[in-house]
Amino acid sequence: MFEPFMVNAWLAGTLVAVVSGAVGLFVVERHRAFAAHAIPNGAFAGAAGATLVGASPLLGLVVFAVASALGVAALGRRRNDVVTALALVTMLALGAALLAASGAYEPAIDALLFGQVLGVSRGEVVALALLVVGAGAVLALVFRPLLYSSLSEEVAAARGVAVRALDATFLVLVAMTAALAVPVVGTLLTFALTVGPPAAARALARGAGRALALAAALSLACVWAAIASAYLSGWPIGFFVGAYAAVEYVVARAASAWREGRARP
Amino acid sequence: MGCEPLPEGRRELVHVHDVEVTLGGRTVLRDVDFRIAEGEFVGLIGTNGSGKTTLLRAILGLQPTSGGEVVVAGREGRRGGPVGYVPQRVTFDHDVPVRVADFVALGVDGTRLGLARRGRGVRERVDEVLASLELGALAGRRIGALSGGEQQRVLMAHALASRPRLLLLDEPLANLDLPRVHETIAVLDRVRRSEGVAVLLSAHEIGPLVPVMDRVVYVAQGRVACGTTGEVVRPEVLSALYGHHVDVLNVHGRVVVVEGEPGDPGAHPEVVVR
Amino acid sequence: MHWLVEPGFWSNPVVGPALVLGAVVAAVSAAVGVVVVVRGQSFAGHALTDVAMAGGAGASLVGASPLLGFLLAGIVGGGSIEAAGAERVRDRDVATGVVLGAAAGLTALLLYFVSSSTSATGSTQSVLFGSVFTVSRSVVPLGVAVAAATLVTLFSVRRPLLLSSLSPELAAARGVRPRVMGLVFVVVLAASVALSALVIGAILSTALLVGPASAALRVSRGLVGATVGAIVAGVASVELGILASYDSFYWSAAHRSVPVSACVVGVVLVEVAAATVWSRWRRGRG
Repeated sequence: MFEPFMVNAWLAGTLVAVVSGAVGLFVVERHRAFAAHAIPNGAFAGAAGATLVGASPLLGLVVFAVASALGVAALGRRRNDVVTALALVTMLALGAALLAASGAYEPAIDALLFGQVLGVSRGEVVALALLVVGAGAVLALVFRPLLYSSLSEEVAAARGVAVRALDATFLVLVAMTAALAVPVVGTLLTFALTVGPPAAARALARGAGRALALAAALSLACVWAAIASAYLSGWPIGFFVGAYAAVEYVVARAASAWREGRARP
Repeated sequence: MGCEPLPEGRRELVHVHDVEVTLGGRTVLRDVDFRIAEGEFVGLIGTNGSGKTTLLRAILGLQPTSGGEVVVAGREGRRGGPVGYVPQRVTFDHDVPVRVADFVALGVDGTRLGLARRGRGVRERVDEVLASLELGALAGRRIGALSGGEQQRVLMAHALASRPRLLLLDEPLANLDLPRVHETIAVLDRVRRSEGVAVLLSAHEIGPLVPVMDRVVYVAQGRVACGTTGEVVRPEVLSALYGHHVDVLNVHGRVVVVEGEPGDPGAHPEVVVR
Repeated sequence: MHWLVEPGFWSNPVVGPALVLGAVVAAVSAAVGVVVVVRGQSFAGHALTDVAMAGGAGASLVGASPLLGFLLAGIVGGGSIEAAGAERVRDRDVATGVVLGAAAGLTALLLYFVSSSTSATGSTQSVLFGSVFTVSRSVVPLGVAVAAATLVTLFSVRRPLLLSSLSPELAAARGVRPRVMGLVFVVVLAASVALSALVIGAILSTALLVGPASAALRVSRGLVGATVGAIVAGVASVELGILASYDSFYWSAAHRSVPVSACVVGVVLVEVAAATVWSRWRRGRG
């Protein structure tokens, strides 16, 4: 399980897990799960486009993910779920058209959708590490105002928090996470990682700092367990990520309900 | 209708100067002009939909005005002024991983970038505000797990934490039973004296506020009338403001405003304000 | 008309069923979509396509009817979203996300089994992107029956459903149970989404659910008008999209057709943009 060809898989999975968990906490806090689902799909279209013009897929992922994030931020102030849905189908349709034009073969699509953690190269691990450092720095910088505006945008705005700029910054952060996670765990499961473990963490932890740490830890546990299970069973890693994330959430909810039931007899 | 002069010997804190607000092509406030002095308790009274929230948001800099200006503490109104705000309704998720004390502290340092640890000054201020609102016992609880009334009290503590000079409260008395209404007003009156903060509080009932209010700003039909209760809550003033006949009754020491009169075509006899 | 409709469009054996099924699915999606947009459930509507896909993959594994697999998975998934989220409305976002993530994982697993047992390729793409051109004639009767049942159910619960969407308290006071209504609607939604995900693919399913409805709601004041407008817009975008996709084979130099999904989404976006511009212009004048 720890053979040389697995090392990159473990490293990449670890990096993706930590940053997805941390950013995911705010995805849940800000009710942006739909955007967090749509943005990786925008990234998917970018990868398809990059394949078509012969550019680096990672570049395509980053550019398209950031573009979808800014689109959702700019248009989605009020009816954000409708705008998000439209942005999502636009990017997917664009991806479908680009794939049809490039004539890419199916395994490449499967890899983008469901991830291919075993195929991660050293260069991708380095790129991931840089992105993790960057995203971590941004998150640390805006942590407090971001938390504040997640609790009540109205009150935070009255206190002078630049809520719109912050929302755009946050969605770009989601986009960076998507761009780096998509090639590893795939578009569909990048999303599972940004919602399940953080939602579990916030049901259990009391303070925001602890919730952040717990979200990263649970996400890490999810990915590590998924890599090990995928290795042992030979089944796709995506299945295990989705299943473990759901299990974490259900268990955390049950634990929180049980604790509350005991607190008020 | 102007509100000059300010009470004797008080310095001006807020000047809402000829403000006009247009929402979706409709003018909801026009020629709104009044001042608030340091430490004053002012009631903003009007029925639902009369524009009270819009006016509060304009003072906060959250609502752009289409005419006039708002000056708070000598500076043209913009966000981030020395103003604490308690909106009418904030619903926190049940699972929000934030304790009461943390949320109150965000009132002081929520705009600050970076991860620097909270200084002792902030923590002491949080304890002080929580104590003065009798919330000390809740400090370690999660905000999402509190009752609606407790959450509102926490929002007040949060608004006061940054030592504002003006506290804006949007309908804090709505949905409270009468004993809780009086309790809330008493707490606010005590806090404004201990903190030296002016209070502008919106409500659709004037009655319970009469004992503590210095002055009243009455909103109807997008315009305001202001002055002391005795100056404003009079049939001729309110009739002019509403544009139709209004009666003011005094029942057992309580003020009752009755809009319209029986047989008046188009007017519905209706008790609108207690 | 030859410049508009390229040769063979009407006589082509796959175009006929595509036009019929596409129109049926678009009409159902648009009608259900109006309620989806009013209730703010676009995310659940989209998530159910992915959930239904898991059922489709499972059905193809055991050799059952794909439509049955789509329907069953959609209804189970929708029911669990509603059951987990109904207690606290604001938790629905998370409940939807967790169900969606788990379903996506299950799809990955089932597709893996399908591809390793049958060595058939193209299953991923057909499930995700679908193509009305590949729909077989045998699906048409069952598809039309499901569509009709969905529409009839939606029509008969429309009043209590709308009331509970606009104000759960008011509905409860009138004796409507908002949770029951939520469950009924999610079943209607799941049936509509499962049908459209099978026939036209996941992308178009979401596009046709949300796009025509939000365009119509921007233009029309009343709900009946919005529903009729949404149905017209939805059917128009499918028919025009199919035509454009078919024609693109002859128009492009390389003789490679643009996918139907991209063409239909293009038409939907034009409709939404036009409706937005129109409603802004009207508001500016009023």
